[in-house]
Amino acid sequence: MALRGNLRDFTITQLLNLINLAGKTGTLIVDGPVEQAYVSFREGKLAYARIGQEDGTLARVLHKANKINVNQYRAIADRAGQMTDKELGLLLINAGYVTQEDILANLQGYFTEIVRKLFTWVEGFFRFENEMLPPEDRINVRLDLENIIIEGSRQLREWEQLQDEIPSLDMALKFTERPLTNVNLSVEEWRVVKFVDPKNTMRQIASTNKLNDLEIRRIVYGLLQAGLVEVIRPVGLATAPNPRMFPTQDKEEQKSLINKLIGRIRSM
Amino acid sequence: MQTVKMVVTGPFSAGKTQFIQSVSEIDVVSTERKISSDEERAVKSATTVAMDFGRITVDEDLVLYLFGTPGQKRFDFMWEILSEGMLGFIVMVDTTRPETFREARSILETFRAYAPTPYVVAANKQDIDDAWELEDVRHALRLDGKTKLLPCVATDRNTVKTILLELLYSILEEMDAGK
Repeated sequence: MALRGNLRDFTITQLLNLINLAGKTGTLIVDGPVEQAYVSFREGKLAYARIGQEDGTLARVLHKANKINVNQYRAIADRAGQMTDKELGLLLINAGYVTQEDILANLQGYFTEIVRKLFTWVEGFFRFENEMLPPEDRINVRLDLENIIIEGSRQLREWEQLQDEIPSLDMALKFTERPLTNVNLSVEEWRVVKFVDPKNTMRQIASTNKLNDLEIRRIVYGLLQAGLVEVIRPVGLATAPNPRMFPTQDKEEQKSLINKLIGRIRSM
Repeated sequence: MQTVKMVVTGPFSAGKTQFIQSVSEIDVVSTERKISSDEERAVKSATTVAMDFGRITVDEDLVLYLFGTPGQKRFDFMWEILSEGMLGFIVMVDTTRPETFREARSILETFRAYAPTPYVVAANKQDIDDAWELEDVRHALRLDGKTKLLPCVATDRNTVKTILLELLYSILEEMDAGK
C-alpha cells in the first residue's frame, strides 16, 4: 500500500522516523497550507529538498548563505545556464570561491531548513514516491535523520505550546500602557512591532513579514510575556451581535429579553 | 417559545458541571463518562465528553439554556459548535490549580476568536485556603483591567447567580454602546 495520508493523522516527525527506520529511498511530497515540498531520501538519509517556488540551485543556496555576492550570482546564472550543479560546484572550487566543505555544509543547512519548516505544517497531504529520485543535475547530501527528528519533536512541543498560548492568528494586537522605551528587541521583533495595530490581524502581520505560523507565534508570545502587547479582536471585524443570538432582531425586544433574564435570575 | 443560550467553558475539572447544576431547574443533562487516564482520575472520576445542559425558564415564552463544554482539549471540536449563537460565555478557572491557568487562557482566547460576545471569568473554589488571590489570577490569565474576574464557588447558588447577572449586565452594556 502506498505511503500516503494526512499530516493530521501522521506527523512529519512520524514520517521521518518511518523513512529512517525502513531505510527508504524515494521522495516525500507534501502539499502544505500554501506551498508544496519535495524531500528526497537515499537509504533512509536526507539527500535533497526543495520547497515552493525556490529552485534550490547551488548558486541560489550559496548566494542565500552569502558565499557569493549578487553580481557573482547573476554572472553564474547568466553563464552557467546549461551547467549542472555538480559542474558549477567544481568550477567554483577550482576558482577558489568556495571549498567543497562550504558547498556541502550550505546544502545540508538549506535542506535541513526546509525539513524544519515542514515540522510547522500540521495540515496537508503527503505521499511517498519510491521511484522518484532527486534531479540528477543537483548535488545530493547524505544526512542522518536522527538529529533532525529529535529537533523536530522539540519544535513540535514548542509549536503545541505556542498554539495553546495563541490559538488564533485572526486576532489583532494592541500595545499595552507600558512604554516601549528601554526595551531591547531583535530585528524580527521590530518588524512585527512596526505593524502592531488593532486593524492588523497576526496573520496579516506574518504574511507581510514573510513569517510562518510558528515564527509569528514565537515573536508574539515573547511580546505578550513582556507585557508589551495584548490580543484583541481586530477593529473593523463585524462586532454586531450575531443575529442568531436573539430570537428577535428588534433591539428594544432584545434589551427587554435581557432584562427579563436579569429579573428571573435575581428572583431565584 | 423563545430560547437563548450561554456557554460555560474552562479547563478539565474547573467546576463547569457543578456551576450549571447550581442554578438549573432541571437535573443537568450530562454526558459524563468514567475517566480512563490515571492522571485525570486523580482529580475526579467522571468528566464531560460532549456537553452539559441546564435550563432556566423565565416565563412561558422565554427559556435560557446553559451549555457546559467538555474541558479536555481532545473534545475541542465541540467548542465551536456549542458557541454558535451564544449570548455570552463564562470561563471557569479552578483557582486552586495554577497548572490549569495556561489552558484556561488558551480556552479564553479560542472562544474570543469564535465570536465577539461578552464574557466573564469565574474564579472558582475561592472558598478554599489554597486558592490564588483574584489579582494574581488576573495577571496569570493576562486579563486586562476591564475584563470581569469574579469570585466563585460553583456549589453556592448565590455566587453562580452573581456571575450570570454580571454577564447579562455586560451584554446590556454592549448593546447600549451599540456594539
